[in-house]
Amino acid sequence: MPVASIATSVRERVDEIYRSDSRRVLATLIRLLGDFDLAEEALHDAFMTALERWPNEGMPGNPRAWLVSTGRFKAIDRVRRRASFDAAVSRFGDETEVAAPSAVDIDENEVQDDRLRLLFTCCHPALSPDAQIALTLREVCGLTTEEVARAFLAPPPTIAQRIVRAKAKIRDARIPYEIPSRADLPARLDSVLHVTYLVFNEGYLASSGSTLTRPDLSCEAVRLARLTLELLPDPEVMGLLALMLLHESRRSARTTPNDEVILLEYQDRSLWNRDQIAEGIALVERALSSRRVGPYALQAAIAAVHAEAPNAAATDWRQIVALYDVLLRVDPSPVVELNRGAAVAMRDGPAAGLALIDALLARGELTSYLHAHSARADLLRRLGQVPEAIAAYERATALATLEPERRFLARRIAELTDKALRH
Amino acid sequence: MRYLCLIYENEKNWSTMPKNQTDALMAEYGAFTQGIKDSGHYIGGNALQPTPAATTLRVRNGKVSTTDGPFAETKEQLGGYYLINAKDLNDAIQIASKIPSAKFGSIEVRPIMEFGEA
Repeated sequence: MPVASIATSVRERVDEIYRSDSRRVLATLIRLLGDFDLAEEALHDAFMTALERWPNEGMPGNPRAWLVSTGRFKAIDRVRRRASFDAAVSRFGDETEVAAPSAVDIDENEVQDDRLRLLFTCCHPALSPDAQIALTLREVCGLTTEEVARAFLAPPPTIAQRIVRAKAKIRDARIPYEIPSRADLPARLDSVLHVTYLVFNEGYLASSGSTLTRPDLSCEAVRLARLTLELLPDPEVMGLLALMLLHESRRSARTTPNDEVILLEYQDRSLWNRDQIAEGIALVERALSSRRVGPYALQAAIAAVHAEAPNAAATDWRQIVALYDVLLRVDPSPVVELNRGAAVAMRDGPAAGLALIDALLARGELTSYLHAHSARADLLRRLGQVPEAIAAYERATALATLEPERRFLARRIAELTDKALRH
Repeated sequence: MRYLCLIYENEKNWSTMPKNQTDALMAEYGAFTQGIKDSGHYIGGNALQPTPAATTLRVRNGKVSTTDGPFAETKEQLGGYYLINAKDLNDAIQIASKIPSAKFGSIEVRPIMEFGEA
């Protein structure tokens, strides 16, 4: 093979390894170097060195181990060359003397754990939720700052600053790079799952903007949950992955080609992704059989009942209400109550659901929640209470932040006004 | 690494609490303090007199001005602190979560700034 094409194929291999392994290498370098920024520079140096040396010297037997060793060596070199003998030096202590490019023994178990360490550190509850999300997408998922910014429709400097501040807090407050102890694990895992679900929702129910969804973010969230599950097979991780897959399965049925909302009831179920549904249902079953049923698994179970119904009318509403009852006990919230109310309306008729939703709104917790007003409007519409329904749709419209949602509500108002005029 | 644990709570709670409850709380504090002394985490700590005893001062144009009370009126007031030695933030959070007032007030955990250590 001519030299030029060897170089090209090595470059392709390096790109491939970058895509598949750079996050693992980074996670290990952060542990070895004790510093996010230093580890990122080291990662960059290691891949640059690979591009220089692998075409001539050939690929190492274990490229990942080679990259970790090289990155670590380069980092130590970098710290030594920095004229000011800053704090980083004291962290290395005597280790600096023994460092050599091949000296790191890569323990595969430790490396697996490094990815969990990275995930738990990025999702540490001492960081603000915005920072947790940005840092997780940047460090764990490997998105660039620009990509994170685009996903959140924020200017890149804002996201960059958020990440810089989060890293500074990790360093200054000394947030440890570790997997939480057994006692802390449930609470800490909650925060990892919460970040994952926020990322998913941002992709699935974009909170602002002209389109409804940003599929790339949902894909990242699914990938993140798969990684978490691979490292930590917990029923709630299964539940969350199932929940996201089951939502994701309806993606192409949720909107018309020109981005208009289609409610679950009216979706063309032949468009639902059967593979995602099958995987989601299998995961729900695994999670439910664990006897430790949490809110994600329950929500996924509800989504699974919808997924199993051949059409809206054939949905097993009795089972859905029963699952909401359990969910309310495990994780009480007004939004869950609202959803239960909507399910009761399907089981027992709109009047029964309306009574529950009215009582809920009277408590004042959901007064500014769009979906409470649109659900109420829908039940009033079904009951033929046209002026009340229009008023409720108008309150919902005032709270809508997405263009397609606004258009959907406007259509409903127009239909009802039309009806009122004809009578 | 050193952390300052600032204890914020509604100071009125203490004055309106029945005596047997304040006694129980004081005993809890005594046990907590002894516990972190025994474990080697304790560096120092004090309870503060309530905010009516506070004075806030500023120097502007070389002139000292003083006002009655704390810097900011808030629902919870600084009522005391512990200075602790902890391995890292998780360790510090672990200890701070056992401060008796954490159950009704809140604890702010602040790492101490270290100067010229390197």
